[in-house]
Amino acid sequence: MKKTGAEIIWAMLEHEGVEVAFGIPGGTIMHTYHPRQDYGVYHVLVRHEQCAAHAADGYARASGKVGVAIATSGPGATNLVTGIATAMMDSSPIVCITGQVPTSVIGTDAFQEVDITGITLPITKHNYLVASVDELAEVIHEAFYIARSGRPGPVLVDIPKDVQQASTEFVLPDDEVKLPGYHPVGKGNPDLVAKAAALINQAERPVILAGQGVIMSGATDVLRAFAEKTDTPVAFTLLGKGGFPESHPLALSLMGMHGEVFANRAIQEADLLLGFGMRFDDRVTGRLNAYAPQARKVHVDMDAAELNKIVKTDVAIHGDLRQVLEQLLPLVFPADHEAWLERINGWRAQSHKRDIINRPENGHLVAPHFINEIWEATAGQAIIVTDVGQHQMWVAQYYPTDYPRHFISSGGQGTMGFGLPAAIGAQIARPDKEVWAILGDGGFQMTMHDLATIVQERLPIHIAISNNGYLGMVRQWQEFFYDKRYEATRLQNPDFVKLAEAYGIRAWRATNRRQAREAIAAARAHNGPTLIDFEIVREGEAANVYPMVPAGAALHEMIERPVYAMAQEA
Amino acid sequence: MQSTLIALVEDKPGVLTRVASLFRRRNYNIESLTVGHTEEPGISRMTIVVDSARTDVEKVAQNLYKLINVIRVEDVTEQPSVLRDLALIKVRAEGGGTRSEIMQLVDTFRARVVDVGLDTLMVEVTGTEDKIDGLVEVLRPYGIVEMVRTGRVAMARGSSGNGHK
Repeated sequence: MKKTGAEIIWAMLEHEGVEVAFGIPGGTIMHTYHPRQDYGVYHVLVRHEQCAAHAADGYARASGKVGVAIATSGPGATNLVTGIATAMMDSSPIVCITGQVPTSVIGTDAFQEVDITGITLPITKHNYLVASVDELAEVIHEAFYIARSGRPGPVLVDIPKDVQQASTEFVLPDDEVKLPGYHPVGKGNPDLVAKAAALINQAERPVILAGQGVIMSGATDVLRAFAEKTDTPVAFTLLGKGGFPESHPLALSLMGMHGEVFANRAIQEADLLLGFGMRFDDRVTGRLNAYAPQARKVHVDMDAAELNKIVKTDVAIHGDLRQVLEQLLPLVFPADHEAWLERINGWRAQSHKRDIINRPENGHLVAPHFINEIWEATAGQAIIVTDVGQHQMWVAQYYPTDYPRHFISSGGQGTMGFGLPAAIGAQIARPDKEVWAILGDGGFQMTMHDLATIVQERLPIHIAISNNGYLGMVRQWQEFFYDKRYEATRLQNPDFVKLAEAYGIRAWRATNRRQAREAIAAARAHNGPTLIDFEIVREGEAANVYPMVPAGAALHEMIERPVYAMAQEA
Repeated sequence: MQSTLIALVEDKPGVLTRVASLFRRRNYNIESLTVGHTEEPGISRMTIVVDSARTDVEKVAQNLYKLINVIRVEDVTEQPSVLRDLALIKVRAEGGGTRSEIMQLVDTFRARVVDVGLDTLMVEVTGTEDKIDGLVEVLRPYGIVEMVRTGRVAMARGSSGNGHK
């Protein structure tokens, strides 16, 4: 059957199992929008293309499927860039479809022409400029295959207007793609797996470092079986959160810069580190030459280029984590590391004594309090989407989750403005779940225009603003390292309650713990989107994220939580 | 210390840009990069020379593999290989004495004179980079007007082929 390029795009999206696409039409892509209603793909109109990319990303992270964003050429395409870079750093599978000026005028600086394949070359897993309608179906099929397989990532397909308009005989491409240079890895090399098993069987103080690879490879169950069999505690990276149940006795906490003292200390004193689907980011290791000095290191990753990139390992296994863990499981001996776990639990008890959550009520609100209230109200079952900054670290610390794909956050790129649109994607991916977008007042204002999308799509998202009137994480660094000169970090905010109401979103304000509890209950009882403006302590110890490993310090050289005294607050 | 990598890549638009962009983005130091056709249509071959004192060659190979259009990467540094560079050198040659002196040097290096101008000679030389460097050094006192070098191309010795199938 003959189809136009525009029709082929939707037919192929359907074929790839796409249910929803996020985007904004414009001059060079409107031809593609025209036949959309004839196909089974729902379209969400966002208010800025950056949000289309983040929403596709949030959708992908919540569902495990490929997210789709659509934009026009020129500024539409460049507005996707931050979202694409975010997805690239966090290995999130999205496909971005952009309109391009007609092939006849490419290179002439035509209206709304931009070289988006050139611009996104270093921030996509792969990208395409489609030269002819005859290759369109094949290219879209390849794009989805590349996005979701191996180490997932963003793929951009740039389609000139005349390619969308031209017709050709539409044939579904073969399932198997013809990519001679692309072979995602499966099992690990058995000799290396045996070597790793030998190290594991000798270890007395092992620690598992669980990264996002656990979640992406579907290894949560086998990781749990492995940890239980080998009696090994599990610390996690920010994006690894949820890969191992945090209520499990072997669960440690977030590791690294804002990890709990007991987790970082366990890493520093370990005799074996098992890096599973993580990449030893600088936020995770602290100063490298003092990182886990007594530990042998085993590293398993999908991406060979990550092995021995930062940390030199004793055994580096290139493989899909789930398959490698399945290979390892029968080779490791049941172990009992009671003495080691007891030591760690001793440190854990000390950390808990300092925990801000145990601070007595004093009329002021701190972020850990309201996050804890949300956790209690939702029984830890909600999907939490964060923005970037202090609140993000507090959510990682105070909203423990037992499930993969329930904590969604921009890790590697640290993209402020990610939270709200990613929550849109997550809620659309999981209409059955309660979704909370916990955002800072700074990051919220970077993409808050998409409140309109939430209302238009009737998404029952709960938005929690952790409002301290500052770009809080930068202010904290200024307090610690820049003589408390709060240069350009003070925010004069609008009234967020009125703002939400202007969009048709029910909103509350909370300035103490009781009000926080009440507002959360009211929001959960409301049938529709809600926003709560949590006005938290702005400065002083209770306004800082602890523990903290300063940049350039070793993991054991962390600033611990202060012992809180009631009268200290601002 | 220099390392030589051979990369077989799909002959598609933008592949050279992808490779060059990778080197820039990862801050790899590249000494030379040559591209050309192979015996098989649709497949090009790159010879990449990197300074292995400043750049981790294994990481270069692993990151090249991440490019979808890169089919195969081989480090031939330690393999018995034929390494060749080609240079065209235009050298000043005024007066008969100078001219015959240069011709003798060219013979010694098994190079060839490929063009004769009124007061210049164009020399073509093929060989290892060391050999070409040697010729350039002895020609330099006469005055080099213009020079171009292709950069290294490499092929492993023995009967093995591209081996990407």
